[in-house]
Amino acid sequence: MSNSIKVPTMAELTAEGKIPDVLFWVGCAGSFDDRAKKITKAFVKLLNKASVNFAVLGTEEGCTGDPAKRAGNEMLFQMQAMSNIEVLNSYEIKKIVTSCPHCFNTIKNEYPSLGGQYQVVHHTQFLRSLLEEGKLTIEGGKYKGKRITFHDPCYLGRGNNVYQAPRELIEKLDAELVEMKSCKKRGLCCGAGGAQMFKEAEKGDKEINIARTEEAMDSKAEIIAAGCPFCNTMLTDGVKSKEKSTSIKVMDVAELLADAEDL
Amino acid sequence: MNYVSQIVFALVLIAGIGYFAANLKRLIRNIRLGRDLERTDRKPERWKTMILVALGQQKMVVRPIAGILHIIVYVGFIIINIEVIEIIIDGLFGTHRVLSFLGGFYDFLIGSFEILALLVIVSVVIFWIRRNIIKLRRFLFSEMKGWPKSDANIILYFEVVLMVLFLTMNAADYSLQQLGSEHYQQAGAFPVSQYLSNLITPLGESSLILIERSAWWLHIVGILIFLNYLYYSKHLHILLAFPNTWFSDLNPLGQMNNMESVTSEVKLMMDPEADPYAMPEEGDEQDVAKFGASDVGDLNWVQLMNAYSCTECGRCTSECPASQTGKKLSPRKIMMDTRDRLEEVGKNIDANNGVFKEDGKQLLDDYITREELWACTTCNACVEACPVNINPLSIIVDMRRFLVMEQSAAPMELNNMMTNIENNAAPWPYNQMDRLNWRNE
Ligand code: SF4
Ligand code: SF4
Repeated sequence: MSNSIKVPTMAELTAEGKIPDVLFWVGCAGSFDDRAKKITKAFVKLLNKASVNFAVLGTEEGCTGDPAKRAGNEMLFQMQAMSNIEVLNSYEIKKIVTSCPHCFNTIKNEYPSLGGQYQVVHHTQFLRSLLEEGKLTIEGGKYKGKRITFHDPCYLGRGNNVYQAPRELIEKLDAELVEMKSCKKRGLCCGAGGAQMFKEAEKGDKEINIARTEEAMDSKAEIIAAGCPFCNTMLTDGVKSKEKSTSIKVMDVAELLADAEDL
Repeated sequence: MNYVSQIVFALVLIAGIGYFAANLKRLIRNIRLGRDLERTDRKPERWKTMILVALGQQKMVVRPIAGILHIIVYVGFIIINIEVIEIIIDGLFGTHRVLSFLGGFYDFLIGSFEILALLVIVSVVIFWIRRNIIKLRRFLFSEMKGWPKSDANIILYFEVVLMVLFLTMNAADYSLQQLGSEHYQQAGAFPVSQYLSNLITPLGESSLILIERSAWWLHIVGILIFLNYLYYSKHLHILLAFPNTWFSDLNPLGQMNNMESVTSEVKLMMDPEADPYAMPEEGDEQDVAKFGASDVGDLNWVQLMNAYSCTECGRCTSECPASQTGKKLSPRKIMMDTRDRLEEVGKNIDANNGVFKEDGKQLLDDYITREELWACTTCNACVEACPVNINPLSIIVDMRRFLVMEQSAAPMELNNMMTNIENNAAPWPYNQMDRLNWRNE
């Protein structure tokens, strides 16, 4: 099944003299992390289904530098940024879609003053526009009436004020969208941001992902929808350590849509 | 005889305002110890933010109970202080209720001041109960022990005393008006103090005059003391909320500043043509400045103004995921520490004829520990929550920048992550050449 996906690279398209409409920025997690790779593929399947003319950078893509910047290593961040910008500009990229809110935020907000100006959208925004333009249709079916809660990724929600796109997609599934105690502007972090993903947490009385998982459990949702590969990992771990893996699933919004369409 | 009190009044007024001006000067001097930052773009948006957030208290009502009570105290306080204009004129010129020629409008003003005064007293009492009896969690952190706790209560007592003096003054005045006392012409409406007036009228004219005069003097002296207390208190936010919101960071919260000093170095490193031995251009001395912040002078002036504007309300800390899960980090403490250290540096400068004398201390380690700095997830919950648009996160990140770029003192796991990015362009030890393997898996 998976070999049925079509993922052209910029290098391949350029060799054929073609120009894609949009670049899919996969990100490090989406490229290497086993769980996140599934999200990447689900999104690609939706892109294929909607016949989107896209491409990826493949081996020419490199970390945006987000975790380095937030850890305080501005030098490394700017080196990453400049080499990515060089690649992006050499392909004359205009529009970028990404399934990682950290890449989204960094490229959209922090690359422009370093010479990289692109139109950047999160994959939930992109999918919503595909639905609006009629290029993609979704039938609720499988998820009809299911209780789904959406966890706002900090760098999508608070960081960039994108709250509606993922929620509208969930509603398209005819699911019952429920909110956690803290949501939207006041959404609780999953604990991964600011490079915390890569280190043990400081001493405290609880892990942040557990606190967030408890809020999700309080909402009585059967599915925690996420829009970020890092949140996904944190919440999946949270659900696991609460021994709820059988009753609560953590899924990316793109996975929900692809699964609803049996892709 | 009359002139004596006018002269005394003028002296008190000059002393009060003069001392305040001196404090204000010190405040501005201290804020200027910070690094330059240009933030005067997008002016219409800045005015709008200030009007909504500072004047309109937009972010206070996110928590409705505290928000509404705060608005009452704030509106009450500001409006009742219109009365101060009259007090000052009366005091300087020996008049009494000089604005009473406004007639019905004057009655309306005094009447509404009285109602507001009562509402303020009620709100302040509820605030006191929340702080001292119900003990909301956010008022109980370690940084709130000692002076910050007393400060919060002193302000509440102050407000009650000022309001009570205002009502007492009016009550005595009203009694004297009823008695037809000389100088006390009929003026004003007293919907609240008339009840108090009924109680004190029997005391007789001379006692009433004494009460009225004492309350009048204590009221104005109290206001001047309050004005001068601000500098030493979290209540500085009454004034600083305005510039602080005007100079807010208007970019999306997720956007962190790109350090220009780093950009020039990176460009040099990445440009094969660049001459590494080139002399720095004129005006480039800034580049020599260290990366990031280890003390208050390394922060920019808006961050320092933020510290003075902090109301110590703890909304940031109560939304902070690290703090909620028992980590040492409290964004409020970051702001309070910054202010305390800045005050210490300011006093040092005052004591040494205007030059800072090395004191072997700094913001990092002596005030803010590394453990606090590394616990932050950069989630921006604190920034979003702050009712006066303070950004504790920017200070945390500037201090991390110092630790990483000047001291290479990141936690080991983060060093590994950064080495990975350097070597294979991913935070994990995977080869960049394998980046597209998922396509075929
Ligand atoms: S940005 Fe850092 S300090 Fe602020 S709320 Fe989030 S974790 Fe706490
Ligand atoms: S930084 Fe803002 S939210 Fe935090 S205590 Fe100070 S005023 Fe309150």
